[in-house]
Amino acid sequence: MADVAVSAPVTVVNRRFRSLRPLLREPRVVWAGGFLIALALVAIFAPWIAPKDPLEQDLMMASLPPIGFEGYEPGYYLGTDDLGRDVLSRIIFGARIALTVSLVAASLAGLIGSLLGLASGWYRGWTDRIVSRLVDIWMSFPPVLLSVLLVAVMGAGLHSVIIAIAIIDWTRFSRVVRAETLAQSSLDYVTAAEAIGFSRRHILWREILPNVAPVIIALLSLEMGIAVIVEAILSFVGLSISSDAPTWGGMVAQGRQVLHESWWVLVFPLVTLFATVLAFNLLGNGLRNALDPVMRR
Amino acid sequence: MTLTSVFNRLAMAVLTLLGVGLVVFVLLRVVPGDPVAMMISPSATPADIAALRAHYGLDLPLAEQFFLWLRDLLHLDFGTSISLRRGVLQLIGERLPATLELTFAALVFGILAGGIVAVAGVLLRRTPLEAVMDFVNGLFLAVPDFVWALALVLLVGVLWPIFPLSGRLDPALSTDFYTPFYLLESLARFNWTDVGDVLAHLVMPTLALGLPLAAVIARTLKEALGEAMVQDYVLLARLKGMSETRLVLQEALRNAVGPTLTLTGVQFTFMIGGTVIVERIFAYPGIGNMAIDAVINRDLPLIQGIVLVFGALFIVINIAVDLIADRLNPRQLHG
Repeated sequence: MADVAVSAPVTVVNRRFRSLRPLLREPRVVWAGGFLIALALVAIFAPWIAPKDPLEQDLMMASLPPIGFEGYEPGYYLGTDDLGRDVLSRIIFGARIALTVSLVAASLAGLIGSLLGLASGWYRGWTDRIVSRLVDIWMSFPPVLLSVLLVAVMGAGLHSVIIAIAIIDWTRFSRVVRAETLAQSSLDYVTAAEAIGFSRRHILWREILPNVAPVIIALLSLEMGIAVIVEAILSFVGLSISSDAPTWGGMVAQGRQVLHESWWVLVFPLVTLFATVLAFNLLGNGLRNALDPVMRR
Repeated sequence: MTLTSVFNRLAMAVLTLLGVGLVVFVLLRVVPGDPVAMMISPSATPADIAALRAHYGLDLPLAEQFFLWLRDLLHLDFGTSISLRRGVLQLIGERLPATLELTFAALVFGILAGGIVAVAGVLLRRTPLEAVMDFVNGLFLAVPDFVWALALVLLVGVLWPIFPLSGRLDPALSTDFYTPFYLLESLARFNWTDVGDVLAHLVMPTLALGLPLAAVIARTLKEALGEAMVQDYVLLARLKGMSETRLVLQEALRNAVGPTLTLTGVQFTFMIGGTVIVERIFAYPGIGNMAIDAVINRDLPLIQGIVLVFGALFIVINIAVDLIADRLNPRQLHG
């Protein structure tokens, strides 16, 4: 008995350590994850990193071009918008909103969707029928229209944007988690757990959930990319937080209007948006690849 | 698919649409803002407001409002738009064709571009070019329509102004159209100036919607083609001396199309959802663009009508895809 007690924690540590290694061997995870960590650091330390105040207007400095172009003003590296606000500083502060929304909204959508997916895949029967019908109804709404509708109903603002994304995108999780739960529940280890006499609930939380978790983690990353875009779309339509606040979508919308006078107001936020979405996508696909036991074999 | 299962699908579709209607109806009724407040003059008395609310049936209990709306729907009466003061069905009838022409153009573009890239990718297997194409395809898969639309605005607006960036038709062309299907009508009338102009206006939004679709089709079809190319029947055809291109187009393609088709159907519904923002960006007068205006104006009857139309479109496409997939699946032929 003593042997078992001593060796058990060691195996746990070993297993944890081993589970990280395939992640680091996946270049997509390393590069995209590295980029996103850097972006998160920029967002956290925005007040120290940003060269200017993102809200400060200076009409004397309006529509300045970025570095390397004629008329460039030192210190305004990526130029200024038509109100004289520094584009680089607004992008840096915009990362705060984009990352907050994506993290909170994706987690909420993941929580709702995973719970419903687990429940309908494990308990089946009526639970499954009701959840599946709900998913069908949800999938018949154009998501952009539904998000605009929800935010209009709740009133523009960060909270509304987050709740809208969670309400719309839980189906992405529930469909995949349900399928995965169904697949897992026919495997031998579940039959074994049932034979030992574990309760249904115990099997769901302690046996099935850990095996479904990798899928959920990969989906979370993909969903964060989607949330960044939805937030940008809602800012673009004018339904996110106030137009003064630096959001990438708001900057893009403004850039669309002054396109012919100052292209840089559109280009730089759009490139940032694209790079961020791409990173979340690569990270999600890389995670799915690295964590999927079938793919690893 | 047997007749019973088609009937079952249709019954389910009606149930789903009913659910869609109920969700949007309840959602809109818990809005704090009063839709009537937007359409009255500041000098209106409370009695005027009450009269107007009664006129639109907004003073009735929620359940009664819902059933009255359902009853009217059965008579094809979608109500009257509050902000535009015209029949909802009539407004949708004017705008929907624009969206249909756009989505159809994007679908055709997506299938053609994605198909060509997939076939080229399979023909270029194990060459350095394949890796390049896969990499670019991977990038394209990550770019959503919203980002495409703005990137195209940038490209065409600033660098290379060859296509119009907004609208559906040059206002200078004062053709009187009899139908809202501008492209079809100008084609039918052999009015090539109009055809050219409508097509030029379609290019940008079509690319924004079609490129993500093309990326998905290219990836899926290439995988399916790659799998088909190592099957025995392809090997046999190759031994008979068939050229590699003919092998792909005649033998592999037929068997690889099935799985791609199902996915294309799903992607097509996503694309129709994408029209909402893409039409907005290009000021294209379809129902997606109208939907955002309707939401901003709290135009309840119009929103309800548009959401139902979108829901119906989604459901019809899903059923159509299932039917076509069944028809194409050789295993089902004798079932």
